[in-house]
Amino acid sequence: MPPPGPPGPVRRAGEPAAPAVAKADPEADPEVASAVVELSAEDDAAVEVLAREWADEVEGTSYVPMGSDELVEYLTEISVDLVGALRTRPARTAAGHDAGRRLVHAHFTGPSTVERTLMLLGARLPELLGEDLREDVLALVGALAAGYATTLRDRTLDEQEAIRRAVIVARHQTEQALHASEARFRAMFYEAAIGIGLGDMQGRIVEVNPALTQMFGYTAQEMRRLTVGELAHPEDLPSVWVLYERLLAGELDNFRIEKRFYRKDGEEIICNLTLSLVRDERGRPSYQVAMLEDVTERHELQSHLEYQAYHDTLTTLPNRALFSDRVDRIFSTTPAGSTRRVGLCFLDLDGFKAVNDSLGHEVGDSMLQAVADRLAEQAADGELVARMGGDEFVVLVENSRGVEQLVDLAERVLAALAEPLELAGQELAVSASIGIVERPVVGGDASELMRAADITLYSAKADGRGRWALHDPHRDEAEITRFALSAAMPTAIEREEFFVLYQPLVSMADHGMRGVEALVRWHHPRLGVLGPGRFIGLAEETGAIVALGHWVLRRACRDARRWYDEFGDDAPFVSVNVAPRQLHELSLLADVEAVLAETGLPARLLQIELTERALTTDEGAPLKTLDGLRALGVRIAIDDFGTGYSSLSYLRTLPVDVIKLDGSFGERLRAEDVSDIVDERIVGTLVDLGHALGMTVCAEGVETSAQAGRLRRLGCDEGQGWLFAAALPREDIGDVLRDPDAPTWPGPRAVDGRATSSAP
Amino acid sequence: MLAPTEDGDGVTRPAWAPREVDIDRPSAARVYDYYLGGSHNFAVDREMARQAIADWPDLPRIMQGNRAFMRRAVRYCAALGIDQFLDVGSGIPTAGNVHEVARLENPDARVVYVDVDPVAVAHSVALLADDDRTGVVQADFSDVDAVLGDPVTRGILDLGRPVAFLAVALLHFVPDTRAPRDVIGRYRDALAPGSHLVLSHATADGVPERAVDHVALYRRTDTPMSMRPHAEVLRFFDGFSLVEPGLVWFSLWRPDHPVGEGAERLPGYAGVGRRD
Ligand SMILES: C[S@@+](CC[C@H](N)C(=O)[O-])C[C@H]1O[C@@H](n2cnc3c(N)ncnc32)[C@H](O)[C@@H]1O
Repeated sequence: MPPPGPPGPVRRAGEPAAPAVAKADPEADPEVASAVVELSAEDDAAVEVLAREWADEVEGTSYVPMGSDELVEYLTEISVDLVGALRTRPARTAAGHDAGRRLVHAHFTGPSTVERTLMLLGARLPELLGEDLREDVLALVGALAAGYATTLRDRTLDEQEAIRRAVIVARHQTEQALHASEARFRAMFYEAAIGIGLGDMQGRIVEVNPALTQMFGYTAQEMRRLTVGELAHPEDLPSVWVLYERLLAGELDNFRIEKRFYRKDGEEIICNLTLSLVRDERGRPSYQVAMLEDVTERHELQSHLEYQAYHDTLTTLPNRALFSDRVDRIFSTTPAGSTRRVGLCFLDLDGFKAVNDSLGHEVGDSMLQAVADRLAEQAADGELVARMGGDEFVVLVENSRGVEQLVDLAERVLAALAEPLELAGQELAVSASIGIVERPVVGGDASELMRAADITLYSAKADGRGRWALHDPHRDEAEITRFALSAAMPTAIEREEFFVLYQPLVSMADHGMRGVEALVRWHHPRLGVLGPGRFIGLAEETGAIVALGHWVLRRACRDARRWYDEFGDDAPFVSVNVAPRQLHELSLLADVEAVLAETGLPARLLQIELTERALTTDEGAPLKTLDGLRALGVRIAIDDFGTGYSSLSYLRTLPVDVIKLDGSFGERLRAEDVSDIVDERIVGTLVDLGHALGMTVCAEGVETSAQAGRLRRLGCDEGQGWLFAAALPREDIGDVLRDPDAPTWPGPRAVDGRATSSAP
Repeated sequence: MLAPTEDGDGVTRPAWAPREVDIDRPSAARVYDYYLGGSHNFAVDREMARQAIADWPDLPRIMQGNRAFMRRAVRYCAALGIDQFLDVGSGIPTAGNVHEVARLENPDARVVYVDVDPVAVAHSVALLADDDRTGVVQADFSDVDAVLGDPVTRGILDLGRPVAFLAVALLHFVPDTRAPRDVIGRYRDALAPGSHLVLSHATADGVPERAVDHVALYRRTDTPMSMRPHAEVLRFFDGFSLVEPGLVWFSLWRPDHPVGEGAERLPGYAGVGRRD
């Protein structure tokens, strides 16, 4: 910005550096603007002095958007005009008016600005331009004051009007915004999915939204006639209404509960209710706002899910989870000194797997449902019937009056099941075994109770179908061992913990060895050597017998093959026991064939021993398998003959090569002098019959030479027993064969602590 | 110093509840207008302003000093080539508004004025209706998204290019509870490199007793005051490089002429920082 101009003609109104606000001055007097007055050098100097003094006087007295240089320049312009007006003849004192206006335009609105301006101009203009101008100066200054006042008044009025108009606009906008927000509120209230109600402090319902009316089935009008108190429900806890009173009293600002309500139609709904207190500006409670969310469905779903979690879908009975919860609760809630007793019947259907397998799962499922119904009928109050899974059920007596109650219950259940079931158009017999446990609650726990029940059920099953057994703590040990053994068996087979001994089968004529019976033993890592009595039954129950039988078959055939390699035609045949279960495996024939092929043992050196029961209980498939085996050249022997129920005439229909008379027949023939002729007659008849059918007859359990003599005289072809030899390791059999004339065979050997001659 | 309930009602007032237009309470914008010799004010404003001036006769001069700083700072930015200005807490238009000053350097300068005061905004809108290179937004400084996202802002400013961001005599109306430093930080992050922060701030440094009375007076308004010491004001420039002469008394910031003694008579800090 150029400094105030040098002396000389000045006309600066059009210069660009003028302050922005003062730049365009529409009200400028055209006369003044056009009257260019040439100022003398002295007057220029006077203008410069005046403008500087003026700027010094007024700087800071008003807010003007100018720097100090700009200020001086602006005042210089005005000074030029003022001096010019005074130099004009007659003096154009009206120019003062314009100067006053320009001051206001530049925003010299501070009161002291005008005061100082008037003082300065009044004093300094005559001094600078000549005392003769005093009159004109006075008039000029007066005009300036008038111009200033007029312009400032206008400006003030304009600004006041502008700010008031701004207020009106702002209010209008605020109102519109309020309106919009009210509309939004209304929409929120009306469209809300949640029920909203407004109540006054007397509990009258004042306003409700559609969601709430829908929830309750009332119209809004009907609801507005209600009071909060009328929404009580008999199941409300007293605490709900205590909370409500506290809220009304202003002690509580809000609370949230789950509460039941009745709809207009009487139906019940469950809601999450949030009640809030609204206070006025002074903090006094003024009304209450309720927000309700209908959670009835959620509740139903939850109870449905809970029901599903605790019930068996097939039978609709409570399931294991519910049962376990109950049992746990019994033990956890019964105080230490209590005499409370608990009992349960643990029940499992006999032969259910066979039903499923032969008649199909649908029939099996129907059977379970029918059984469930019968059980449920037998259960009295305080007795919980649950399905534990599969074909296992339990009846829990939460407060037992004693063992008799449980036994009575078990008998009722067995009786109820004795009626045949009418299923899929046929009558099906069903039976169950029940393990009963009854004991004091204190001192026991849930898992121990369940273990006892499990074991007891097991004993009941071992006792035969359709029985109950009462828990006997002493029996536990043995049972637990049985469980442990059956669990360990599959791995034991893999780890080759089993081994085979061979008991010679000798010719009754010359006591020469004709064959050997393979007898399995288990060398248990902890329990030592176990005889078959300890594990064959278990293996049959668990099905491990199939794998075990196969293993024994291979072992025996391999050993027999070695003897065959060494002794040729003098080699003994090997007789291997096959359990009924194996006989039902369709693969038995193929397995035998494969083992023979693998070991290279001639089929005639293999004999398969079956119990009489295995042959008589079933027809069909096993007979086919037997025919197949015989076709290979394998011989079939009936083990323990005479203990079963088969009629002698039935024997003729069986594809059998050898009958092994059960040891019990020979027992009474052991003594030196036998008086009972009947026993001799029976054995004789059996031998004759066997021979008549072309079979070889072998006597088991031969222990004395007197016995051996009688059996030989009665016609037995072969014999087996301690008299001849105990079960021997494979190597010993080899030794005997190599030296058949050795004085005695290795005698009864206590390999397993108890020599045995019994099968398998 | 400030009762939390008096912290405007912007914190708890939901977006849908508009700010009341209450001319029975003084407003910072209108009181300020009065200090500057304007008549955009009402009796309540004048009453409060007169009392403030009676307590502290230098006030009008302090406001002038602030205004003069703003003028120099705007010209400084414009001279750097910045042609976009975002003036937050712009108040009631008076003589020497930002667009007028900026256009002395660059006739194409574009300016967006932002204020929370609905009356100040309505007046600004009326005044600037015919100028399509200026715009007015009613928003709270703390609501960065509302300020920067407003269609008016978007329409007038190109935030991809440098902007002069003015927070002149604004932040002493934003209490610490509203974390003004974080808010400034968010503006900083949104602005293009080369943007400048133009900031002035009231302080009690050197005038502790006067300031106490003054702050007390402002509790009558919607925008109570928080004076801050130099160190705290300086923190607003975190992330900016202060240009010479740094954060100083208003009148010492790049004065037109050398300033003699007594700059502290007009207490208030001023500074300009560059976002790199
Ligand atoms: C003292 S004036 C400053 C005006 C202008 N910036 C100046 O320095 O000349 C302060 C302005 O800030 C406004 N203000 C206060 N708090 C605000 C906020 N949180 N957001 C936006 N504006 C605010 C007031 O309404 C007032 O108009």
